Amino acid sequence: MTYQTSGMPSNRPAAAGQSGRFDRGSLFFDPGLGRNRFNRLCTTISGLFATTAVLPLVLVLLYVLIQGGRLITPSLFTQLPPAPGMEGGGIGNAMLGTLLVTLIGSLLAIPIGVGGGIYLSEYDRQGWFSQVVRFSNDVLAGVPSIVSGVFVYGLIVSTRIFFGQSYSAMAGGIALAVLMLPTVIKTTDEGLKLVPQELRWGAFGVGASRFVTIMRVVLPAAFTPIATGVVLAIARAAGETAPLIFTALFSPFWPEGIFNPIASMSVLIYNFAIMPYAPQNQLAWAASFVLVMMILAANLLARWISRFTRS
Amino acid sequence: MSRDSASLVEAGVEAGLRPGLYSLRRRQPVEKLLDHGFRYLTMALAGLVATLLLGILLTVFSGAREAIAAFGARFLTSSAWDPVNEQYGAFTAIYGTLVSSLLALLIAVPLGVGTAIFITEDLIPQSLRDAIGLMVELLAAIPSVVLGLWAIFVMEPAIRPLLQLSHKLLGWTPFFASVPQGPGMAPAVVILVVMILPIITAIARDALNQVPIELRQGAYGVGTTRWGAIFSVILPAAISAIVGGVMLALGRAMGETMAVTMIIGNALNFSVSLLAPANTIASMLANQFGEADGIQVSALMYAALILMLLTFTVNVAAQWIVRRLSLRY
Repeated sequence: MTYQTSGMPSNRPAAAGQSGRFDRGSLFFDPGLGRNRFNRLCTTISGLFATTAVLPLVLVLLYVLIQGGRLITPSLFTQLPPAPGMEGGGIGNAMLGTLLVTLIGSLLAIPIGVGGGIYLSEYDRQGWFSQVVRFSNDVLAGVPSIVSGVFVYGLIVSTRIFFGQSYSAMAGGIALAVLMLPTVIKTTDEGLKLVPQELRWGAFGVGASRFVTIMRVVLPAAFTPIATGVVLAIARAAGETAPLIFTALFSPFWPEGIFNPIASMSVLIYNFAIMPYAPQNQLAWAASFVLVMMILAANLLARWISRFTRS
Repeated sequence: MSRDSASLVEAGVEAGLRPGLYSLRRRQPVEKLLDHGFRYLTMALAGLVATLLLGILLTVFSGAREAIAAFGARFLTSSAWDPVNEQYGAFTAIYGTLVSSLLALLIAVPLGVGTAIFITEDLIPQSLRDAIGLMVELLAAIPSVVLGLWAIFVMEPAIRPLLQLSHKLLGWTPFFASVPQGPGMAPAVVILVVMILPIITAIARDALNQVPIELRQGAYGVGTTRWGAIFSVILPAAISAIVGGVMLALGRAMGETMAVTMIIGNALNFSVSLLAPANTIASMLANQFGEADGIQVSALMYAALILMLLTFTVNVAAQWIVRRLSLRY
């Protein structure tokens, strides 16, 4: 008797029938076997799960596009939000506020984060100090965003440390910086570690100091991963609401400097979504549209940057 | 240093080189200062992170001291939240935090791991798998407050008939005893699932991709089916990273604020029903912190401290699990 390892599907029942002794161990694929049924069942279930996982993004984007997209007019970008219950108006001040608060956060978090990351990767990779800093950084990354707001409230807002001002754009920016910092440090540390050791040796070999080596050789070589991480951190911070609701608060007016309360798109969405007025809800959708577009654009930018990684 | 370089020059002369042929440049004082200064600057910046964490703990703790003195451990078990009589207990919020995040995890883990398997196996073309992976990652980028807006106006009305059906069928159990009327624990759990799904999927996907191909080849070589290989070889090999990711997601779910605040109903009184409005620590903070004063601020800080300790425990456990559970293969 010969085994037919590759045969026509139509031959299979005959072959299986002839070899009575080999019924259970047939070499042919038998879709009726328990394990094959189980296989198909599992494949179907995982396919369904993947579809379910994608569904929320599609639905959220769809609603934001439909509900928010149709409200996009030039006046949306240039006007102030209306009084509760009134029609019209725009979100100009909130857009400006989001840009300003995110800028303050970035200006604080990026130098500190990149500097700290340089120390971890270039000066002290394995020492106890670096271990403590890395551990703190991981813990800090897990601190809920609302706690960062509570911290800044306790440290800055309630103590009125800035010229007697309580709620301010500055306080909001600091709260965002607390959230951005762990990401920036982590990506800098990991990005610098990827730089081949030979580059540093080469720089030392021609007589460059540590500082020059880091600034002129190592940092430029790791630009791509660091920039990707920084852009992602900024995008995440721009959408944060929880750290801002009791630090930057909200303002129905145009920004009045960085030591006064300031409007932001995320807080505007929160405030206007829970108002019982339709025009305000509409503005919340419009602001969501602008915010989501900005953040998706930043994410795609980060992906685009990361494609320049040298292999 | 200077003696070393001088002796180097002498060595060169002895070796027959003329002294003028090469020169050893001494570093300028400014250059040295810059070099050392930069080192200490970056060290200080790195130290700032540890200081910052300590600062957060101290600030929240000192804010909470008054409430800790007034309520003590009773705060954890009492569900009274009465600003008029200044009686505070966070049991409702702690219970809500734990129940909402654990239920969300229960749903999101099979969904996320299943999706990760689906996009790491070769069931569909690579481009389609990349597209699904990208979409799940972009879902993580959507701001929480936008998801909350969507939950209020789209998701909650859409699932309300389902919740009403569950009340009709299971209303005799305490967990479905109340009539669903909009915001509540169940929609909050759904939105939490949406928020932690990307984390679990991304981490599980990375973990599955890192399983050595030899393991899979070996499993197929002894004649197992695809899912036989997945369940008995590939998943066990990746389990430590997956569990670590699940713990990270749990920490994220417990601290998640905006979307939950907007949809959970922010109830002050305790209810065991999943269909009733509830509260979490984070949503309580978001809701009341702005208008609170006196000992209420302190009580909220106390709740924030508890939330910090909860997420801290979960995150440290996650790191520990990743280190301890990893299989050697």
